Amino acid sequence: MTTKTIKVDYLTRVEGEGALDLHIEDGKVTTANLRIFEPPRFFEAFLRGRSYTELPDIVARICGICPIAYQMGAVQAVEQAFGATVDGQLRTLRRLIYCGEWIESHALHVVMLHAPDFLGYPDAIRMAESHGDAVRKGLALKKVGNALMSLLGGREIHPVNLRPGGFYKVPSREELAPITEELKRARDLAEELVRWVSGFPFPELERDYEFVAMHHDEEYPIAEGRLVSNRGIDIDIVDYENHFEERHVPHSTALHSMVKQRGAYLVGPLARYALNFDRFPQSIQSLAREVGLGPVCRNPFQSIVVRALEVLYACEEALRLIADYEQPDSPAVPLEPRAGTGFGCTEAPRGICWHRYDFEEDGTIRAARIVPPTSQNQPSIEADLAAVATSLVEEGDDIIRDRCEMTIRNYDPCISCSAHFLKLSVHRS
Amino acid sequence: MPQRPSLAVWKFASCDGCQLSLLDCEDEFLALADAVEIANFPEASSAFVEGPYDLSLVEGSITTPHDAERILEVRAQSKYLVTIGACATAGGIQALRNFADVNDFIAAVYASPEYIGTLETSTPISAHVLVDYELHGCPIDKAQLIEVIAAFLAGRKPAIAAHSVCIECKQRGNVCIMVQGTPCLGPVTHAGCGAICPAYRRGCYGCFGPMETPNMPAMAKEWKLLGAQSRDIQNALRTFNAWAEPFRDESAAHDD
Repeated sequence: MTTKTIKVDYLTRVEGEGALDLHIEDGKVTTANLRIFEPPRFFEAFLRGRSYTELPDIVARICGICPIAYQMGAVQAVEQAFGATVDGQLRTLRRLIYCGEWIESHALHVVMLHAPDFLGYPDAIRMAESHGDAVRKGLALKKVGNALMSLLGGREIHPVNLRPGGFYKVPSREELAPITEELKRARDLAEELVRWVSGFPFPELERDYEFVAMHHDEEYPIAEGRLVSNRGIDIDIVDYENHFEERHVPHSTALHSMVKQRGAYLVGPLARYALNFDRFPQSIQSLAREVGLGPVCRNPFQSIVVRALEVLYACEEALRLIADYEQPDSPAVPLEPRAGTGFGCTEAPRGICWHRYDFEEDGTIRAARIVPPTSQNQPSIEADLAAVATSLVEEGDDIIRDRCEMTIRNYDPCISCSAHFLKLSVHRS
Repeated sequence: MPQRPSLAVWKFASCDGCQLSLLDCEDEFLALADAVEIANFPEASSAFVEGPYDLSLVEGSITTPHDAERILEVRAQSKYLVTIGACATAGGIQALRNFADVNDFIAAVYASPEYIGTLETSTPISAHVLVDYELHGCPIDKAQLIEVIAAFLAGRKPAIAAHSVCIECKQRGNVCIMVQGTPCLGPVTHAGCGAICPAYRRGCYGCFGPMETPNMPAMAKEWKLLGAQSRDIQNALRTFNAWAEPFRDESAAHDD
């Protein structure tokens, strides 16, 4: 029997902090724990007693990379609880700002954090020495996503303009016009990005995931739809808790989500893509096929290609939304607080982000529950790690460690969201 | 070429948004990486260079016994230490636990509280070690971040205004939102954002924390004249900079 320990102190190029424990006994991987011990911040506790009007500003602070995902789920829940409908041009603007978040978040991950894994660099700065053009174009793409966020939200990190019922201020057509040219350039850059990343060398791995994503009658899902899976789930977001459960495990400050009586599931780009491929415009479907992806992709390492396709989609969708935009008469619909429960769910860049709030008569928050995407993916990440480590068990520790870190990065994990600290230690006995 | 100064970025309890500001400097990021050696920035790089570091940027607040130890090590390795953002400078939104019983908070979120190790308080970095410069904001403004780094490289003091958001409203040409009847924290809030909220027709919500010498009672009086209740004033002051002294003291004056 051999005993061996590999240790890495900090998982890098992810948002937040965590650790991995791999136990290998007699050539078999017995445990693959993604340990998340980023300090908890207790949002669900201190939201109690606050007003619904403060909700979007507070929950934005769960995550600096995807604040819109938190704000949008929160305002949806308020509106549902108070019986309000936000549609028409206000709905358009919400989808538009969300496109900005997809572009900036995905471009950051694809170019700055994930691509260096495939090309053998520790970061995008060193990668830029040989791939400067690609890095500069990636930054330019990211900048357009941020510009869209700033235009509609006031700033790119923790935007200030979204509120229950709509917005504080809505732009005129003229104010939106200048970003059109930038988005057209971004669309071209995104297409280049798809071609660039699809040429990367992908490790072989196919996993039989239960994909869970939103699904909408007419559009690729961003901010609304039903929750569906490839194993028969097809529910309103209100019924989420009847089908999914969270478990608190000793090695993580993030709660683990499971499909009840079934187990791990996967949210994020691969799931959205597999369940909504036919919602992409024909041109993007064709490009996906041209670069070697079918309508379903089960190789988690190819999630980088799917993210690039989603950036392209977000650019095209933003252009379409702007072209059809007319300034609404009012920036928000009126709200009448009442006692009740409301739900919200949207497709954060990393996957579905689900919210439930109970309100008192005056709109004071009585209880809050937020399920971020990374905690939902944690069991799938651990299953991927076990599969990857098993396939490499004869290899040296460095190879196992590098591939395991890359496997975690496939998920673009937002550990800050899910709670957070990654140390990697491999114990062999 | 002379050796470049080394830069390290450290994270404590936070949302990652302030360090993301560095990556959001899309036009400057590669030039910055030329001007300094990015020696430790785990969110962006797997490369790690041992300290000491010439400049450390610290994000996040201290909320665990482990982090209370870790910040001492960071300080020991850093020649010049700058806190970035409301968490590191004032304790962040997670400092709301300081006004409550943290065990109630844990039980509200986690089914098995015995797995959670946390301190009863969330405190700013300056409560633990000497801080050379504090950059305000939730999040920080990236132009101010570049200014702090540029000033450090040039060996000069950062040109960061210490006045209130009101001045920025004038500079931006905003019509005063308070005069139009909307309660606003602009008169007591540190400048730096560029008066975004009033430009979007809402009151400032104080995410840059208190200015140097805020007149808190005068602000509260104006809010009451506009119809705000004690609870509204207390909640407005108890957000991302709740533990900053002027906000903390004034919010305590509005206990029902």
